[in-house]
Amino acid sequence: MERTRTDQRDDFRELASAQLPRLYSIARRLVGNDAEDAVQDCLLKAFKRYDQLRAADCGPAWLTSILVNSCRDHVRADARRPREVDFDEAERFSLYRKIAYEDPFPYSDSLHLDFLAEFGPEDVHAVLLRLPPLYRIPLVLVYMEGFLAKEVARLLDVPLGTVLARLHRGRKLFEKQLWEYAEETGLLTKDAR
Amino acid sequence: MITCHEAAERLWEYLDGTVDEDDRVLIDEHLARCRRCCGERDFAVELRQFLSRSASTAIPADVFRRLHRTLEELS
Repeated sequence: MERTRTDQRDDFRELASAQLPRLYSIARRLVGNDAEDAVQDCLLKAFKRYDQLRAADCGPAWLTSILVNSCRDHVRADARRPREVDFDEAERFSLYRKIAYEDPFPYSDSLHLDFLAEFGPEDVHAVLLRLPPLYRIPLVLVYMEGFLAKEVARLLDVPLGTVLARLHRGRKLFEKQLWEYAEETGLLTKDAR
Repeated sequence: MITCHEAAERLWEYLDGTVDEDDRVLIDEHLARCRRCCGERDFAVELRQFLSRSASTAIPADVFRRLHRTLEELS
């Protein structure tokens, strides 16, 4: 039996409503404070294209692909004004070696783990937002949301090699920004522990 | 044989399973004899788990209400 327009709208609402927390969480990582706008865009675009969804169980992944593109639209203006990023320095940076060399917690038996334990979820969020979107988006999708690199390549419509190169650079920048954020915000000072 | 720098540079790709077979063997061989790079590998594993643990953000109630209203108003 053919689904009526009202049935389709109700089906879409049910799908989207259940996915709202997940969509918002992803958008927060990708575009920070623009997350609500990005999810809103995603809902409007998805509703218009709902008849293109082939199977209900593909709904969450389908919504995610629309959300990622909405987020890209939101960061495009930002991407046209890239922040100063010293990739050569980031390429040489190793957080593991930096922590070992600087030894911020001299009495620690698990120096590297103690370093990571200083970061709360909001600190990680702040560090991610320091990365240019070009590198932040694949990093979040692969290491936080569990996508495979080849899935991200499809979502972003770029070759797999491009995603792998951006992941490599994004990881390096993330490690360097973790250290710089910890220094700048006093996470490593004795009083902050 | 590869250097510590070469091994460390590819550790995440190694853990992702995106290095080719020749590179994987070279990194395996290097890790079998280099304690420092094993430390780097273990830290890379921790860092990946750290990112994964930080993934979820609760949706604020007012944001949820507004987005839900958008859904209600679709026609």
